[in-house]
This record gives sequence, structure tokens and C-alpha cells, in this order.
Amino acid sequence: MLKQPTPETASLVHKRVSDPLPVQIFLIGLMLLFFIGFIFLPLGLVFAQAFQKGWSVYLESITESYAVEALKLTLTTVAIVVPLNAFFGVTAAWAITKFNFVGKAALKTLLDLPFAVSPVIAGLIFVLLVGSRIPFGSWLGEHGIKIIFSTPGIVIATLFVTFPFVVRELIPLMEAQGRDEEEAALTLGARGWQIFAKITLPNISWGLLYGMILCGARSIGEFGAVSVVSGHIRGQTNTVPLHVEILYSEYNFAASFAVASILVFLALLTVGLKVTMEKKFQKNSSHH
Amino acid sequence: MGIELQDITKKFGSYTAIDDISLNVASGELVALLGPSGCGKTTLLRIIAGLELPDAGKIILENKDTTNLPPRKKNVGFVFQHYALFRRMTVFENVAFGLTVLPHKERPSRTEIRDRVEHLLKMVQMEWALKRYPSQLSGGQRQRVALARALAVNPKVLLLDEPFSALDAKVRQELRRWLRKLHDEIHVTSIFVTHDQEEALELADRIVVINKGKIEQQGTPQEVYDHPANAFVYNFLGNVNVFHGRIHNGKVTLGSHRVDAPDELKHSEEKPSRTFVRPHEIGISRIRSSDTDLTGTIKEVRLMGGQIGLNLECEGFEHPIEAEIPRDLYINLQLSRGEKVFVSLNRVKVFTGDYAI
Amino acid sequence: MGLFQTKRRNILPGFGLSMGYTVFYLSAIVIVPLSMIFFNTFPMGWDPFVHAVTAPRVLASYRLSFSTALFAALFDAVAGLLTAWVLVRYRFPGKQFLDALVDLPFALPTAVAGICFATLYSPVGWLGETLTKWNITIINSATGIVIALVFIGFPFVVRTIQPVLEEVEREIEEAAHCLGATRWQTFRKILLPHLFPALLTSSTLAFARGIGEYGSVIFIAGNLPMKTEIAPLMIMSKLDQFDYAGASAVALVLLLISFSMLLVLNGVQEWQQKEYR
Repeated sequence: MLKQPTPETASLVHKRVSDPLPVQIFLIGLMLLFFIGFIFLPLGLVFAQAFQKGWSVYLESITESYAVEALKLTLTTVAIVVPLNAFFGVTAAWAITKFNFVGKAALKTLLDLPFAVSPVIAGLIFVLLVGSRIPFGSWLGEHGIKIIFSTPGIVIATLFVTFPFVVRELIPLMEAQGRDEEEAALTLGARGWQIFAKITLPNISWGLLYGMILCGARSIGEFGAVSVVSGHIRGQTNTVPLHVEILYSEYNFAASFAVASILVFLALLTVGLKVTMEKKFQKNSSHH
Repeated sequence: MGIELQDITKKFGSYTAIDDISLNVASGELVALLGPSGCGKTTLLRIIAGLELPDAGKIILENKDTTNLPPRKKNVGFVFQHYALFRRMTVFENVAFGLTVLPHKERPSRTEIRDRVEHLLKMVQMEWALKRYPSQLSGGQRQRVALARALAVNPKVLLLDEPFSALDAKVRQELRRWLRKLHDEIHVTSIFVTHDQEEALELADRIVVINKGKIEQQGTPQEVYDHPANAFVYNFLGNVNVFHGRIHNGKVTLGSHRVDAPDELKHSEEKPSRTFVRPHEIGISRIRSSDTDLTGTIKEVRLMGGQIGLNLECEGFEHPIEAEIPRDLYINLQLSRGEKVFVSLNRVKVFTGDYAI
Repeated sequence: MGLFQTKRRNILPGFGLSMGYTVFYLSAIVIVPLSMIFFNTFPMGWDPFVHAVTAPRVLASYRLSFSTALFAALFDAVAGLLTAWVLVRYRFPGKQFLDALVDLPFALPTAVAGICFATLYSPVGWLGETLTKWNITIINSATGIVIALVFIGFPFVVRTIQPVLEEVEREIEEAAHCLGATRWQTFRKILLPHLFPALLTSSTLAFARGIGEYGSVIFIAGNLPMKTEIAPLMIMSKLDQFDYAGASAVALVLLLISFSMLLVLNGVQEWQQKEYR
């Protein structure tokens, strides 16, 4: 029979490898200080400012027609961007993890490219694409398709900025899972789409959802890129973050923070979802 | 003929994994592909299954050329080293998978599927685990489910890729015997890949020894073990003592001794030779029984379960000789470290030429 | 095994389709648009290009962006290491909550972060009021920019170090202990070298992000020419003047710097992996 460690011996073992209590308290305190300055104060500030003139002003600010239009535009953008990048993420991850080909490492680096690009540049390139002398842009212009200073411009700039999120979650996950299950399905007579739908997709579902949440959060909050392409036309090409900016620059702080509080709420929701997903993740990968 | 491989070659870049292998497996036979890791045995198995494509050669399964068929049309059952069970499916769903992905016309009814899955799971003694997920099973249980899953599609050929290597020793033995029994019952043409000579010797009807992408020897376990075709096979099939020497005038040098060369080498010209003796084919006694006996000193005694391992320093030999004797003999002779004994090499095998191992 | 080799048929299906779509989508969304920077810069010729990117105001903005991003990355390395350490090693109430909040800077729209810091540190703000009494100005200064960038880069460092710290085997530390090393020695000689690649990678990421960051910075920076004007803002103001070529010239320099930094980082990582495998 193995002896179960008694609580005393267990804590002794624990003590030996962990830091002395004063050190722990000091370091935790230091971290808390950082959190207060950089997380809690800003969060608290948003709500304090948002409600400084009371509930009615708050409600008015977030139900005012420009705010509602901005929210609609933001949600439309998310609804287009997330599925497109998710579809791409799955496709690219399939190509990269299930096959061997020359140039795989280079392709993976290219997928990360948008991370290294400043949001302002991300916006700039689409302005250049359309405004420039290249045939495609002028063709679009002639056919009355307005990309810049309109919803398509916002969508495409957001697509660029959030491009890597899903695929970056999926590639390591699918690499870790290997090709064994797909090959097993193949020898059992499954066709391509059956393998994908019955084996691969269920195996990556949490990772996919996780990537989509990150992608969604970024799409809601993107500011720099959207700011360049939008043209700031109120009620038409204003996303929620842009609306916050405009209100702020008009010194309408209460309204600005009221609208911002929606974004804070969404950010907290994202963080909460992320934690939940990660727990699911661990559960599902625990036996592997 | 169950499986016919004709001149299979497979290269990965500049590395030749399979070098012009031809092999026939009779229907209902259980064949082991035995070789060290990296010898190409798994690649060969994957080629048969269609999971890799050969650069040259033909694969004929049940008299039908399947070289260019995709895996799903080959009708082979494949058991993976790490089981490759579908982790998001229950045991039942796993085993039923091959039937549920059949086109509508060929797909059995739900009750037929259920019956077949239950029958298979009973056969592999896993019927109690229908609703479990793979993560809830032990390694041995998972491998049995994987086997049931492979058998569900009534494969013409069953291919097993190191099926027991991820299991611990005791489970491995159990499952090995159980697989032999199962094969005797269902008689599906099977090939399994292994690097464990014991497993191959115990389980297979026929052993194919592979090294560096080529077949070194094939035959029944008895043949391969008793008459190894070359030094590699001899060496790979068990522990050996190797003596480097020369063959000359019908005699082989062993250390400072000279012994009669085996018949087939009696008239060989002078050349380097290597003499192999298995540890359990070495006799130990207290009294000299023939002139050729060596005298040795016991340097080390190792308990190895039913056998006792002896490390002997013999007169005229540079390196110590390893011997294995039954425990009873060891007790009867009252041996211990430092004692002098007489050593007879009961069966020696001599190879000439520069065969690299 | 080549990409366009026809001889080797792939066993799993869908390679052509998925690869084709990947290349198409990548080109349409990323490669072609990004190439616009080059197409718009090249026609302007070498001298005007040099003139555009070495104008004093532009140079000042590069300098500011780099120095603030560097300070912020260094600060993040320390704060991130501390946070990762506390979250992985210690047990205290509310730990999970704090752990979750590490991601907030990532999830929070940058504009919101921007107005928050600008308000907090304004002369009448919660923190600004006190600081003003001590004659410390944060708003409209490089310090303000650093604060915003610290916020943005923080999750990158913590989230990269956490898993590495978690997988350090207790036994290695215990072995060091048994060999007579003190806690501090163990940390310095065993743990820190082990964490260093992750620390370097993540702070470089934070640095790269910091150089390009816009939304959280512009509110607190005050955007005074030559003083608190960051490089992305230079691009923005050139665009506002319809100086497309100028904007893309400034962008090109910024891009080349970020890319070469990430390339070096990739190289370092590969080298590290080879060393330790």
C-alpha cells in the first residue's frame, strides 16, 4: 500500500518549492498595484463617467439614432468578417496541417503578416488600392462601387486586421492532432467531405469557436484601420469606436463614455467567454 | 493469393524507404514485417493500405490491381500504432463509422449496423463499453476497439502498424495471444509490423525480415530463427555473442581457439569471418566434457526471471561471453561469482564477408 | 513533394481546393493590398522618397514611436513576468478573476483605452489631479504614450510566458534545490534562461505592436508636432492632405522595420529550437 501524503507532509513539500510568504505577499501586492493602475481604474472610470449625469443621459446617449446606427454598422461588419475569416481559417489550416508541401513555413509567416502591420497602414493600403491608378481600383470606381468611405471599405479593412486570428488558433491545434484520425476514416471508406464533417470539424470545434470570438472582439473594436477608410460620416460610416471618438472630441464626455461602456461590456463578455472556452479546451485535450 | 506486392519502390526525397520489394502473402495468412525502426516496414504497410503511393510497383489485393485506388476503395482494415480512434465519437460510433459512411444504396439498416457492431465488440470483449468515449478506455481497450472498427467493414486484408508497441509489457503479451486466437477464428489475411522479434516469432505464420528497405529473409518463425540467412537476421532475432576471426583451411578462429568450420564453409578460401552464438546455446558445466570446451571464470551473475545470465571471462577471448542457463541448472551446479567453469558453444553460426549490421 | 508537382498524388482529399482558396484569399485580402505601399512609393523616385521620410517632423515621429514602444516593451517584460509568475505559482483568492482580466487590453477597443487614459491623467482626472500637484504631466507627453503602450502590450507578454512557466518541471527546480542552490539562484540560473526566449519573443511582439499602435495613443499624446506626434499619426495627417505618396513612403519605412524585426525574431526562435532539441 502506498501511503497517502498527510496534509502536514504535503504542505512541507509545498513549502520547500515555493517562495517565502513575505515575498509572495510583496509580489502579489506589486501585481495588484499594476492591475489597479492599468485595469481597474480605467474600467471604473468608464462607468463613473458614463453615469456622471445620471441614468437618463446614459440611456439617451446609447439610444440616440447615431449611436444605434453605429452599433448596427459595427454588428454588420462583425457578421460579415467573422464567417469569412473563419471559413478561410479552416481552409488554410486544413491545407497547411494535412499536407506536406514546399514553402509551408513561408506561407505560415505570410498568414501572420497583418499582425505586423500598423492599423493605420492597414487602412491606408485600401485607400491606395482604390484611389490609385491601378486598373482594378478605377474599374470599381467607374462601376459605381464605392469601397472607401462606405461599409465595404470598413469591412475589408477589418478583414485584413482580423485575418490571422482563426487560422492561428487552428494550425497548432490541428498539428497536435495529426492526421491519424483522418487516415483511419479514409481506410474505413469515408469520402473527403465526410472526413471533414464527421472527424475534423468536431475535433476542432472549440478551437474554431475560440478563434471566432477573438476575431469578433477585434472586429468590434478596430479603430485605426477603420478610421482611415471610413470618412467619419455620421449615421452612415461610423462604427461604435469611431462614434466614441467623435463624441469625445466634441467634449461630450458623458455620451462618449456611455457608448464606450457598451464596448467595455462586450470586452468583458469576450474575456469571460475566453476563460470558459479555455476550460473546455483543457478538458478535451486532457487525454492527449 | 491474398496480397501480391510487385517491385515496390518508395523514395522520400533522396532517401529510399522501400527498395524494390516483392512479397506474396497467401489468403488467410498472418505475416509479420519485422525490422529495426526506420527500415521501411511501416511505409510498406501504408503503401498497401493506399496511405502512401509507391513510386514504382504494383499492389494486387485478392487478384485485383489496387495500385492506383484511393484508400477508401481498397477495402483494407488498418490498425494504427496509436489507435487513431475518433475522440469525439463513442465506442459504438467508432466501430459503426465504416458502415455509416457507405453510400445510401450499400449502407446496412440501422438495426443491421447495431447488430454487427455489437457482434464485433463482443468478439473483442468490449461490448460493455458501447457508450464510452475513447478517453475513458485504457490503451489495450482502445486498441481492441480499433481492431473491431477495422474489421467492421469486412476488409479483405487487415493491416496492423505496430499494434502493441504503445502498450505496457503485460497487456502486450495478453493482447498478442488474444490476436493470434482471433486470427485463427476469422482467418482474414493479415500483415502486422513490429520491431519486436519475440512478438513476430510468437504471433506470425510467416516472418519477413526487412532492413534498409529490402527484404533480408522470409520464412516461418522456425526457419528464420534456426536458419538465419545472414548475420543481420541472426543478430536481429535475439541476443548474440559475436566473435570476429578468420576462416582458413576448414577451421574458424574463435579467440585463440580454432574450431571446425560448418560444412558449407569447409572449403572456403581464407577470409574474415564472424561467429555468432546465442547466450542460451552455451553450455556450462563443472566437468570438462570435450576437448573443445573453453575454461572461463564467472564475472557477473544476473537474475532474469526463469533464466540466469552469466558474464564469463574465457581464456583466449578478449571480450567477455554472455551465457544464459536455466535457474535449476544454476542451483544444481551451485555456481557463484569468481568460480571457474567449463563452457561449451553448442551451436555456432559462421558468416563470412563484410555484412554490415 | 513540391507544391506544383503533379506526380505525387495526395492521400487526403482537398489539397488543390483548400490550397487554391488559401492562396487566393491571402492574395486578395493581404498581399495585393499590402503591395500598394510599394506601387505607390516607387513612382515617386528616390530623392523625393528620402526627402519625405527624412523630414524633421517624420524623423521625430519615428524616434518617438520607437523610443516609447521600446520603453513600454521593457516595462511589459517586467510587469508581464511578475504577473505570470504570481498567477502560475501562487494561490490566493481572486486569482482566476485577475487571470481572466489579463486579456482585457486585448479585448477592449483601443479607442476606449485611449479615452480612459486621457481622462485618468488629465489635469482634473483621478490620477492627473494628484500628479499635477507634484508637477508631473502625463498627458501630452511621451510618458502618456508609454502608459498607453504598456496597456496594449501587457497581454502578449503574460500569455506567452504563462504556458512556458507552467511546463517548467518542478523537478528541475527541486534538483537545483537539492544541489544547494538558493531560491534566487534557482530563479536566475535555471528559470530565467528557460523563460528568456519567451520573454524575448513576447516583448518583441509588444514592441512591434507598440510602434504601429494608434487608437489608444492619439487621445493621450496630444499630437504636438515634433514632440508627441507618433509615426502612424504622420501617415494619417499626410492622408488628410491627400499626400498619398508621402503617406505610403512613411508607411513603407515603418513596415520594413516591423517585418525585419519579426524575421529576426523568427530566426532567433528557430535557432533556439534547434539548440534545445
